[in-house]
Amino acid sequence: MSTLLNIGRRVGRHLLASLPALFGVVLFTFLLMRVLPGDPAAFFASGPNAGQAEMAQIRETMGLDRPIPEQFLRYVGDLARGNLGQSMTTGQPVMADLAERMPASLELTLFALVLALALALPLGIVAALRPNSLIDHGVRFLCTLGVCVPTFVTGLLLIYVFYYLLGLAPDPTGRIDIFAAPPPGITGFLLVDFLLVGDLAGWKAAFGQLILPACTMALFVLAPLARMTRASLLAVLGSDFIRTARSVGMSDWRVVVVYALRNALLPVLTIIGIVFSTMLGANVLVEKVFSWPGIGSYALDALLASDYAPVQGFVLLIAVIFVMVNLTIDVLYGIVDPRISLK
Amino acid sequence: MSATLRHAGWVLRGNPVTAGAAAGALMLVTIAILAPWITPYDPIASNVPAALQPPSAAHWAGTDQLGRDIFSRLIAATRLDLGIAVSAVLLSFVAGATIGALCGYAGGRIDRYVGRLVDVLMAFPLFVLAMALVAALGNRVENIVIATALINLPFYIRFARAEVNVRRHAGWVEAARAGGESHVTIVLAYLLPNILPAMAVQISLNLGWAILNAAGLSFLGLGVQAPTPEWGIMVAEGARFIGNGQWWLVAFPGLALMLAVLCFNLLGDGLRDILDPRMRT
Repeated sequence: MSTLLNIGRRVGRHLLASLPALFGVVLFTFLLMRVLPGDPAAFFASGPNAGQAEMAQIRETMGLDRPIPEQFLRYVGDLARGNLGQSMTTGQPVMADLAERMPASLELTLFALVLALALALPLGIVAALRPNSLIDHGVRFLCTLGVCVPTFVTGLLLIYVFYYLLGLAPDPTGRIDIFAAPPPGITGFLLVDFLLVGDLAGWKAAFGQLILPACTMALFVLAPLARMTRASLLAVLGSDFIRTARSVGMSDWRVVVVYALRNALLPVLTIIGIVFSTMLGANVLVEKVFSWPGIGSYALDALLASDYAPVQGFVLLIAVIFVMVNLTIDVLYGIVDPRISLK
Repeated sequence: MSATLRHAGWVLRGNPVTAGAAAGALMLVTIAILAPWITPYDPIASNVPAALQPPSAAHWAGTDQLGRDIFSRLIAATRLDLGIAVSAVLLSFVAGATIGALCGYAGGRIDRYVGRLVDVLMAFPLFVLAMALVAALGNRVENIVIATALINLPFYIRFARAEVNVRRHAGWVEAARAGGESHVTIVLAYLLPNILPAMAVQISLNLGWAILNAAGLSFLGLGVQAPTPEWGIMVAEGARFIGNGQWWLVAFPGLALMLAVLCFNLLGDGLRDILDPRMRT
């Protein structure tokens, strides 16, 4: 009970502390979008020779004829009611657009994160167990390489090898083959939905589309995860309680996995949080390469069309997710290491 | 001076990887400086009959869809890409170190306000912020520099603030204060030089990141415009041909990007190992 209370208190305190930053994000995004070049009224007018009256009409419906502070207050009011404005290019509310595209981005990011962890944790552990061995240097080399190749180059080279040369991967555009029937939207995650309706062929097709972009992202974030695992495990392995555990004759497996790893996970958790938020923001590039219908490509298209509202919505959404991820990590800290919540 | 050089040489002999990275970085800078004189072909003159040729003795890295020599374009792009990265990092270093050092030294209210501002900047998806900034300021090279500098700024501010904060009551700072030095002199002439070695690591690691960032922006069509040779744009233009098996349009600019980032990252890692062996991971 007291643990739950403690967690609740931590969540509350963290949420409060992040409010000013969130407000700053709202204000900053708003100002940034207002100085974007190009008059959206002119952009959405019927044609280049649209009359002044029509332009004024559009400005009025968009609220662009009001003073900036008033526009900001209206914007905040709309936000409070969950209204992110209207996208001019798709003609839909931004909230609906984002909600529709969010699963695509989340599925890709989560899958890539799991993939990266599945690779990085064992690699980091092995490297820490044999420091300065051949395998340690190999892992270090792989990590160094991983951060040096830009995601858009990795993605394109993967397409070349697996689509053009080997023919293993499907046409690298979108989440699903254009001729395939999409599953009913239960969770929005194609892999989960196909499993729920028991469509194995569909699942395989969706997996085929997902694996290349996910690998691209995973390779890029492999380095921070593996290196942090190695460093923190190495530090723990040198401590007294590990020496004691070894000296009483525990098996290596038990010492490393149960004793050392659990204590080494804390810094890794921090990095996972950072990596996840970075991925959500940076998958604009990957989504562009693979024509992935996620929120990143949505925001990019809107930005290039000087459509304010979707970009604002996107940036805000990512910032909120960022805060949420930090909060989750903070709560997880308390579970992984009870000493922290005692403070 | 020669003693310093001799010492640097001695350090580098013990760290062959760092020495290699330093040599690579030096080579990149040389290429960037000499670029207009060493390109075998005109990097923007198109020659359509020779379009999309694979690498050969005449065209080491092949030709692109307009028949331009990719190798020449790579060399010409080195100047622009390095120029963007170096100026962006310098800008954020100078601004960030000054602001951070002043905050760390002064403490109090200013420090808190700047800290809040930094928190706001850090709450943004940084790459998206850079995208929006370039779009807002206009699609020009200067604006890539400004955007890249701005998204790096928080790291420099935090770093300089923390480093100065732990030193502000050090004996030699107190001595300078007792000797009648002004606060500005203490920060600029005493504290900043003292944290410079630690910041050098940050700068080197940051250069690689700045190159990736600038290339990513131009890959998306922001900032540098075609036909200017730039690594990111070259990859973007080559992307259309990768499905037909014309790999050299993407692979060589990608390789150039990788090598440049690799050099600066390894150099930064090496510098850190030399300056602060505890941070080695």
